[in-house]
Amino acid sequence: MPDKRDVTLAVNGKTYAVSIEPRRSLADVLRDDCGLTGTHLGCEHGVCGACTVLVNDKPVRSCLMFGVQAEGKVVRTVEGLADGDTLHPLQQAFWENHGLQCGFCTPGFLMLAAGALQENPDMSDDDIKDVLSSNLCRCTGYQNIVKAVRLAAREMRARTRA
Amino acid sequence: MNWIGRRLPRLEDPALLKGGGSYVADRASKAAAVCFVRSPVARGTIVDIEIPSDGIIFTGRDLVDVKPIRPILHRPDYVAIGQPVLPVDRVSFCGQAIAVVVADDPALAEDVAEQVFVDIDVADAIIDFEAALALDATPVHPDAASNVLVEGRMRTQGLDKAFADAAEIVTLDVRSHRQSAAPMENRGGLAEYDAASGRVTLTASVQMPHMLRTGIADTLGMPESDLRVIAPDVGGGFGQKMSLFPEYVVLVWLARKLKRSVAWIEDRRENLLASAHGRDQAFSLRGAFAGDGRLLGLDADLRSNIGAFSCYPVTCGVEPLMAFAELPGPYDFAEYGVRSRGVTTNTCMMAPYRGVSRPTLTFSMERMMDVAAKRLGIDAAEIRRRNLIKTFPHRSPTGLVYDEGSYLQAMEVALDAADLPAFRERQAAMRERGQYLGVGLSVFSERTGYGTPAYAARGMEIVPGYEIVDCSMDPSGDVVLRIGSSPHGQGLKTSLAQLVSDELGIEPQRIRIISGDTDATPYGWGTFASRSMVIAGGASKLAAGKVAVKLKTIAATLMETSPDNIELKDGWARVSHSNQAMEIGALARAAYHQSHRFKGLLPGLHESAVYDPGGTFSNACHVAMVEVDIETGGVRIERFLVAEDAGVLINPMIVDGQITGGVAQGIANALFEEIVYDDTGNLLTASFADYLPPTAAEIPEIEIMHMETVSPESVTKAKGVGEGGAIGAPAAIVNAICDALSPFGIELFELPATPQRIREALRRAGVATYA
Repeated sequence: MPDKRDVTLAVNGKTYAVSIEPRRSLADVLRDDCGLTGTHLGCEHGVCGACTVLVNDKPVRSCLMFGVQAEGKVVRTVEGLADGDTLHPLQQAFWENHGLQCGFCTPGFLMLAAGALQENPDMSDDDIKDVLSSNLCRCTGYQNIVKAVRLAAREMRARTRA
Repeated sequence: MNWIGRRLPRLEDPALLKGGGSYVADRASKAAAVCFVRSPVARGTIVDIEIPSDGIIFTGRDLVDVKPIRPILHRPDYVAIGQPVLPVDRVSFCGQAIAVVVADDPALAEDVAEQVFVDIDVADAIIDFEAALALDATPVHPDAASNVLVEGRMRTQGLDKAFADAAEIVTLDVRSHRQSAAPMENRGGLAEYDAASGRVTLTASVQMPHMLRTGIADTLGMPESDLRVIAPDVGGGFGQKMSLFPEYVVLVWLARKLKRSVAWIEDRRENLLASAHGRDQAFSLRGAFAGDGRLLGLDADLRSNIGAFSCYPVTCGVEPLMAFAELPGPYDFAEYGVRSRGVTTNTCMMAPYRGVSRPTLTFSMERMMDVAAKRLGIDAAEIRRRNLIKTFPHRSPTGLVYDEGSYLQAMEVALDAADLPAFRERQAAMRERGQYLGVGLSVFSERTGYGTPAYAARGMEIVPGYEIVDCSMDPSGDVVLRIGSSPHGQGLKTSLAQLVSDELGIEPQRIRIISGDTDATPYGWGTFASRSMVIAGGASKLAAGKVAVKLKTIAATLMETSPDNIELKDGWARVSHSNQAMEIGALARAAYHQSHRFKGLLPGLHESAVYDPGGTFSNACHVAMVEVDIETGGVRIERFLVAEDAGVLINPMIVDGQITGGVAQGIANALFEEIVYDDTGNLLTASFADYLPPTAAEIPEIEIMHMETVSPESVTKAKGVGEGGAIGAPAAIVNAICDALSPFGIELFELPATPQRIREALRRAGVATYA
């Protein structure tokens, strides 16, 4: 068995000290070592985006990054999106606009959109659709995901101004 | 307050949105990891399997007592073949599991699996199913004389006369290439061994938990009561997760053998390689048309590639026999001849995929209508007007009875919304500039919510169809509904809660639905074939209705009136035309704690109901407007309209979601997705970089309109709507592409219509385009 390394991760504002094989993906570390199973694995080769999390505020495919590479970085997963019982505007918009069916791809889409809107809160509708084409969904046909992100972006802009 | 018909946000969503969903992999981290060693070749004899000394590894020789999976159809034209859970002597498709490794974690299990050496004496594989039909073709299965494992035939008496009388005979050969349902969550199972009871709990990403329990118990020869199957949150299925797969049998066998918990979480490569495929079909049609465009008769030869094995429980008859029975679709004609064969090859097994044959048969019929219309000089909509079913109930040439529908009206509504005159003007103007727009129609029927009679008619040994629902109101007035359906993304719990709310007069939030646990739900058939809203919904309405009757009786006793005078609404039982009322919670408490007061009633509020309907047909018309780039062969969908009749909509938001998602899969079927094998049976599309589900960039806004035909064939007045989107879209899109390319006389009959295929057609037509 390959040697394990001790790594300290900062995930959703909490510190996790884990002992992991260098070959272990960040997705596996989050799911199995940190117990954060909201991050899902759909393809494990970086295409579907179900495993998308934020690393230092940027959307990252956690299946394509080693856990050891996350040392010293700030990770945010879907579990860290809501503010206690209050849903994040993206989560609220997905709920109200039927932006999910089986829910398997949903965490990846939420984190992708959260990262993209953090970087550019004023994305045009076309830009939003373009960013969302990074990830795959098999149930919804995307229309309601795109709509939810557009409405959430509007809501988030309104809150910033207020 | 009525809850039916409201766009209620789903009760399922808050947990899923917060990362609180619980899929099988989320429960598996403490179990030993299982990895399957898979055949690298499509056909051959197993000479030896060399296993490393330091691993826990089993092969077919260790599982010789396990029976093969061998589903049965009681028809003379069906040849039953067995699928060994792990083969001993030969492999039948590339990716077939041939050994299983158990280790402490998945990475270690893969390390060990890589050290297993499989020596196979490779034979020539039979991949092309048309070649497999040749009389001298080698049989794929030594115990089957030919490669045709199921065959349906019929011929009405007047068919020859219909062709003799025809003004125009349209002949076409249609090809649909193989596809994968590709749910976002792959398959997976966790088998937990309980030392105290000796029972195994299998948690698995499946659509039919009860069927899985029976199938595994039969195969392993274990008491069915020693097995509990749980379908937790399931990340999509689309039919792929219906079948009993060898992997699940092996997991339960391992848990009992090793007396420990084991988990197998499939990866995407395995899913594309070895789960199940569908839609690999070649249809040859001859249509006899009268001069006025009426279809007089249809003669069809239908071939479906069913792969290496027969899927349990629905068998390899599922595609061929669906095509056999439903090819006539929404059209009213009497004379029909058909031969529909299921052909075995050394490829991954065919199993149901959303629509099952109907995407291909709708594509075939709708292409035929367009070709006939052009030849006869009739408008594409007009030829459909002359042929669509208009009177109900309608009996098809194969004996199917269509209940009330709105075939013609749906088409007219879609056409109005599409504004064809304006489109034709724009099309003409753009052609002048070398831009090619086209519009295509697709009209179809979707048989949904069918019970045991439909499956019995196929000769199935295992006849699915009914649903049983248990409805209990507890002493506080909250309700638990236990269902045999097993939703996996459809929002069924929300829809059923709305339905039951209206029966019982309480809010949907007070209704908890329990599904997907064989220890906690009545025996049922899971979720597939657009059945759950109709059948589980029907049983839920009936069971809740019985509880409502009892509540009214109790209320009438306590308020000294007749049950007929009681109305249940908004949490209260009210006496009509009076101010008298009691809270439903108080009645529930009385039912349990004051039962001595209600003569002739059993204590408590617990009722069951069964619903086993004959089936009801939804219908729809799709209209696609596309632009074809003649240089690249690329297709852009400009507009996509759906006029759908699914009866009464319980939750219109959820219905629209089903249609939109189905259309997206139909667009994938029309333009993008294709499972490709090389000549030796090696899979060339084993990743999402090669097998291409569309993204948000390829799926346009879907414009949806609803009709609402109320059918007596459904107690909830709802018709099924799970598959229609996928059924209708390929035909509409390819008809639109052909309309766009009509200046070049191009007709396409192949799915998917990839840029390569479109460019090839353009080159054949003499149009300069990139090689």
